Amino acid sequence: MSEASTLIPAKDKNPTAGALQPGVWRRLRANRAVFIGGGIFVFIALLCLLGPFFFQTSYQDTNLDLGATPPSATHWFGTDDLGRDLFIRTLYGGRISMAVGFAATAVSLVIGLGYGLLAGYAGGRTDAFMMRAVDVLYALPFLVIVILLTVVLGRSVLLLFLAIGLVEWLTMARIVRGQVRALKQQTFVDAALACGAWHGRIIVRHILPNTLAPVIVYTTLTIPSVILLESVLSFLGLGVQPPMSSWGVLINEGAEKLDVYPWMLIFPAIFFSATLLTLNFIGDGLRDVLDPRD
Amino acid sequence: MLGFISRRLLQAIPTLFVIATLTFFLIRLAPGGPFDGEVEIPDEVRERIEAHYGLDRPIIVQYFSYLGNALRGNLGPSTLQVGWDVHELIAQGFPVSLELGLWAMVVAFAIGIPVGILAAVYRHRSYAHWLMGFAMIGVCLPSFVFGPLLLLVFSSYLGFFNPLGWEHASDRVLPALTLGMFFAAYIARLARSGMLEVLQQDYIRTARAKGLSERIIIIRHATRTALYPVVAFLGPAFAGVISGSFVVESIFFIPGLGTFFVNAALNRDYTLVLGTVLFYAVLILSLNLLADLIQAWLQPKTRDV
Repeated sequence: MSEASTLIPAKDKNPTAGALQPGVWRRLRANRAVFIGGGIFVFIALLCLLGPFFFQTSYQDTNLDLGATPPSATHWFGTDDLGRDLFIRTLYGGRISMAVGFAATAVSLVIGLGYGLLAGYAGGRTDAFMMRAVDVLYALPFLVIVILLTVVLGRSVLLLFLAIGLVEWLTMARIVRGQVRALKQQTFVDAALACGAWHGRIIVRHILPNTLAPVIVYTTLTIPSVILLESVLSFLGLGVQPPMSSWGVLINEGAEKLDVYPWMLIFPAIFFSATLLTLNFIGDGLRDVLDPRD
Repeated sequence: MLGFISRRLLQAIPTLFVIATLTFFLIRLAPGGPFDGEVEIPDEVRERIEAHYGLDRPIIVQYFSYLGNALRGNLGPSTLQVGWDVHELIAQGFPVSLELGLWAMVVAFAIGIPVGILAAVYRHRSYAHWLMGFAMIGVCLPSFVFGPLLLLVFSSYLGFFNPLGWEHASDRVLPALTLGMFFAAYIARLARSGMLEVLQQDYIRTARAKGLSERIIIIRHATRTALYPVVAFLGPAFAGVISGSFVVESIFFIPGLGTFFVNAALNRDYTLVLGTVLFYAVLILSLNLLADLIQAWLQPKTRDV
């Protein structure tokens, strides 16, 4: 969220700097932060996605005779006080957290990109009005609105990402709009117009590709902040509901029992923090490679 | 300057209007109502209660009467906490949240600025990397992980602090650390990059050429300019501390405004939700304005924008 302020483009000397330049792959391969971060992230993601298929137990199988046990050979991360296997619950939680993260980012990407393209390309009064609206929304207390939205939409995982996506698109809209405004004054846009291209085609074929780099960078940085937001909501009891698990739910359950069963907090916390850390590394690395402004 | 302030105040009007409208209709759209408790209420009683709070009138009438009252500073009675007015509840919860927020900001600045500046000045030494590595951890270890971990170590194992409550002075330490750490890390990153940029400026070279000691150059000449990005972060930081306090208050069971708001939203306490949201909005708008004024005062270039 707060990362955004540093990303808003200033007056741009080279407006096509937003396009993907040749040699990006080479520079990306040379960037160790992206590669190590990406590797660890892919490992965690695959583990969460495929891991549960290899185990008989489900995230909600309870075993009250067993109760809470510390990590052992049969239960790698231990069990919680209802005897549920924490390793499985952590993996399932990862699925939910990441699914919400990606879906909410997609929602915010679609809204922000569309809004920014429209405002930037229309220019004039439309642009002024649309950006004023963004300013107004920007001043809203974010978490407060998300909490209200989750209350309205009910506690369904499906709608959770909608609630988050609906508040996360503002910065994307600002970034895209700034890029489009600079691009619109370029001669290749005039040339396309002179050739009789209609506006939709100019936006899609000529302007959109030139905004890709900052959009990719900001999207990568949005994913961790959305995962964080989901976990905050679940932690407060407003997001995913038990017995379903998400990292926020698990950390909340662990935090309640930390003095008796500390493993219930520690393992989900490690997975969660590692995911956030690697995603931020990827985002920062991509910015170094793709966004020549900095 | 006056023009700047009055323009900002004028801009605040549509913002507050949108917030009030959005919140009013959102909370009404939410399934369930304030009186859907565990106990079944007979229909006649429910009608009486709803009539008492004016909830039986058409929603548009309720909306305009709420706006009218809010304009006059009357936020109405709480729909759930019988006998309490919304403004009384805010007056009870806010000072707690404010104190927590202020301590968190003290932590953030007291840790963030020295760490950032040291990491920039001694960037060639190995411990600079450790300093910034610590800052990265602060960004990626959110408060609801960091808080319980602090509790685990300092309260459960070492027994230095009470695990919950807001009674003694020592009860402030862990919550303030939890809430402040993220901002400390972010401020450290800002201060470091600001300092690195300043150290390459010509006037620093001039100061060195004059034979000033490195310490004086850093403290007198470089720090002030290096901290501009930190000051620009003040506005977002204030807003972040406010929303962050929801989580921290929930971890440490602190009876602040955040706890009130979350409970009110969960239990559909219509008037308390609306009142708190409006209060937060006014607070954030004024803090943003304040942050901009501080920035304009420090950095004359932005004054005429």
